[in-house]
Amino acid sequence: MTISRACLGSRRLTTGLALAGLALITAACGSSGGSGGSGSGSGGATAGQTVPTANMPVLQKIGKGEGKLNLIAWEGYLKPLWVKPFEQQTGCQVNAKYAGSSDEMVALMKNGGGGQYDMVSSSGDADLRILYAGDARPVNINLIPSWKNFFPAFQSPPFNTINGVHYGVSLQWGPNVLMYSKKAFPTAPTSWSVIYDSKYKGQVTVPDNAIQIADAALYLEKHKPSLGITDPYELTQPQFQAAVSLLAGQRPLIEKYWALASQEIFDFKNGNATVGAGWPYQVSALKADKFAIGNAIPTEGATGWADTWMLAAKAPDINCAYMWMRYISTPQIQAQQAVDYGETPDNMLACSYMDKIQAGSCEQYHANAPTSYFKSIALWKTPVATCDNGKPDCVPYSEWVTAWNTQVK
Amino acid sequence: MTAGQVAEQDRIGLKLSSALWRRPWARATILLTPPLAWFVLAYLVALVVLLITAFWQINPFTTNIERVWTVSNFTQILSSSAYRGVILRTAGMAAAVTIADAIVAFPFAYFMARIASRRARTALFVAILLPLWASYLAKVYSWLLIFTRGGVLDWTLSKVGLGQVHLIYTNWAVFTVFAYIWLPFMIIPIYAALERIPNSQLEASQDLGARTWLTMRRVVIPLALPGIGAGSIFTFSLTLGDYITPLLVGGTSANFMGNIIYTNIGIANNVPFAAAMAVVPIVIMAIYLLCARALGALEAV
Amino acid sequence: MEPRSVRVALRIWVGIVLAFLFIPIVLIVLYAFNKSNIESWPISNFTLHWFSVAWQDAQVRAAFLLSARVALVAMALALILGSAVAYAVHQFKFFGREAISLLLVLPLALPGIITGIALNSLFAFTGIRLGTLTVIVGHTTFCIVVVFNNVVARLRRMSSSLTEASMDLGARGWQTMRLVTLPMLATALVSGALLAFALSFDEVIVTVFTAGAQNTLPLWIFGAIRLGQQLPEVNVIVTFVIALTIIPVVIAARIAGAGAITRSARNVPVTTSGAP
Repeated sequence: MTISRACLGSRRLTTGLALAGLALITAACGSSGGSGGSGSGSGGATAGQTVPTANMPVLQKIGKGEGKLNLIAWEGYLKPLWVKPFEQQTGCQVNAKYAGSSDEMVALMKNGGGGQYDMVSSSGDADLRILYAGDARPVNINLIPSWKNFFPAFQSPPFNTINGVHYGVSLQWGPNVLMYSKKAFPTAPTSWSVIYDSKYKGQVTVPDNAIQIADAALYLEKHKPSLGITDPYELTQPQFQAAVSLLAGQRPLIEKYWALASQEIFDFKNGNATVGAGWPYQVSALKADKFAIGNAIPTEGATGWADTWMLAAKAPDINCAYMWMRYISTPQIQAQQAVDYGETPDNMLACSYMDKIQAGSCEQYHANAPTSYFKSIALWKTPVATCDNGKPDCVPYSEWVTAWNTQVK
Repeated sequence: MTAGQVAEQDRIGLKLSSALWRRPWARATILLTPPLAWFVLAYLVALVVLLITAFWQINPFTTNIERVWTVSNFTQILSSSAYRGVILRTAGMAAAVTIADAIVAFPFAYFMARIASRRARTALFVAILLPLWASYLAKVYSWLLIFTRGGVLDWTLSKVGLGQVHLIYTNWAVFTVFAYIWLPFMIIPIYAALERIPNSQLEASQDLGARTWLTMRRVVIPLALPGIGAGSIFTFSLTLGDYITPLLVGGTSANFMGNIIYTNIGIANNVPFAAAMAVVPIVIMAIYLLCARALGALEAV
Repeated sequence: MEPRSVRVALRIWVGIVLAFLFIPIVLIVLYAFNKSNIESWPISNFTLHWFSVAWQDAQVRAAFLLSARVALVAMALALILGSAVAYAVHQFKFFGREAISLLLVLPLALPGIITGIALNSLFAFTGIRLGTLTVIVGHTTFCIVVVFNNVVARLRRMSSSLTEASMDLGARGWQTMRLVTLPMLATALVSGALLAFALSFDEVIVTVFTAGAQNTLPLWIFGAIRLGQQLPEVNVIVTFVIALTIIPVVIAARIAGAGAITRSARNVPVTTSGAP
């Protein structure tokens, strides 16, 4: 009958069209070979790789602002407290896009920021990935006067300066702290073992982030020295497996892995969690709400992060971006952000300003950084297959992600 | 304009109109081309590009896409028990939510369609449409307040004398929130199907001796089935791909297909793997749509 | 027709479902007055402070306006394209008709995240920059489907005798369309448009993948939820949106859902659910 024939005809037609379309597209893209920027094969060492944007020209003079600035930032890095004065002074309206993990930042910065984003406040473990993908562009550090007053360790650190070329300006750094509810823990815990202790089943919370494996490795460095872990980001297979097993064993203790900073804040306040790993941001937020929260850096030390305001390769608002970099590295603003968030500024002169905002904060947040504190924090860096000693048997980050998603969570 | 010019325009208009009338294919083409062009360019091509990406891989260090043809993404999904579990869990949750919503929605829609007065019907319609305007995110966040320890639910139970329940960050919480959010999408099609049933058919059934329950079973429900089918397409597919509710309200076992896809795009930046994972809900929904078509549900969509 | 006990039971059921639907909404409104910016139950202090914060917040104003603009454009495009294809599919018999109907179900039948990542891949592939236009493209696609469904359903219930009579009386095709068909379709167009607007205004998942650096209102809300320090402001905004939409929703419910159409459909004699 007419109807069935029409149906058959339509099916043949649609299949035909689909196949034709498929053939066209396959032909179009099958011919163009590999994608841009990676000659390194499967996650080799960074030595021997070049940053694709290394030869991009740098700005010589800061011109007139473009009126807007699109920033990718950690939650808590763009408080109106210091953003509003910047907007008023420069006329650059700040658009904030929050990201909760380095991976998210790398993803957002794809394609040089896609022509959308100007800067990203990425941590050390994201920086190299962004750099070698060609998503960041060189920065003229001479246009940022406050840089001269930075701690030497943060002026040209290996995660944002390659071969003397700067790709951003260092921002602040801080630890991943052990948070605990003072009500549940009248005496402060001194070891990370509390978050692996089955006594606290259902009360523990840790970040939903593959880099958490490094925290487990840091713990095992002290508690299972036979494994021989020296760097929590450079793990051989047996070391890696041990860390993953520790985390898999921790899973029954955890009710929720927090993915958004606010989740941890909510959970502590409402009693869904009483102990866990978090950022100083959550601690500050809970303190501001008058909740009895305690935080500590246990005896095993802690992982941490050092952040950089990195300039996107396709940043549309370069002048505003430079104005921001200048602004955010001045000692006064460094002090404001450090005290508000609870982190350590990179500008040596910030210390006195911090004490003016909140007495004792310079000491509390290690702004007069003794080297011993610096050494006790294992700053985030991207795990790569080639260990620092040259051997190729370290586990690369992509396997960390797979293990986190399939074995731990 | 002179009378002659007006008459001339009129004649052209008449010619054009009758030319189109005599050639229905011309009218059909004019009407169909813009929407179809839009759909093919903005939707179909996008889907095809996505499916092609599923056969590629990424460079593990820079996460740029490398156009090397491989089926490893698919084998990884099918061979891993973790991912298989995710697929089953998601499909199971979607089915549970659909069934629950159908059961809750049907009496409501029946009341609205056949018993409520005209004013009551308008009021009920407003009552269903209004929550659609409250932000999805805000609604899910409210459920956090209900389910949390010491939250609204615990508080109510303690006032009534019952003990505390622990629902937050469990799949029960995810189930309830899903059922809550999609409920209006189930009520409206069932209502539309029920209100189309002519009174005379129900009267005839009664005249033939059937009592309420039999009429319901043999006449009303079969006639309402297209509406239930249509609503189920919404609830099933919306649950299948949602990642926000599990992210906010779910716990450690709330790993659904939407979450895997989202983390692979937005975090791990493994677009090929996310695309491969996305094929699964497409296949599931294709099967679902075929079954729904067999039941006649698509006419009511 | 139903026994009294069944009617009473149904009334109770409706009451329970209404409570279920509205308790979270009540909570949203209540927490707009919460003094603490971290939510917990019960509320210890009430304040109007967040209303003034929301009023002065330029970011949320920009997000609100962007959402409204995107929804309006998507709705307008969907009205034109959706009713065009609905009319064509209903009126003409051609091969591919089945396929088109199936194709038009896809954007709603496939999960939103798939539409989102598919569009994202397409834009990355073709180098199109993400921005307001890409968001509109994403939204229009599912808005077309909503309008299409409403119009097709209405067309099926409409008798063709009126249009035929109009043309017998000498009206041309376009005149019949303008003076007879469109007025009869009006309610379907209005309800389709309103539903499309609502879906676009609150859309999160597709928008996450198609938006650039600027925020629609749902994206702004998601950012605020991430921060966890602006939550009462979110509640203020959502309360405002609900209050703003009560009147249009009442009007729409009056026109679309509960009026004379229902009556006439129910009293049609027992032939088919369609043309007499």
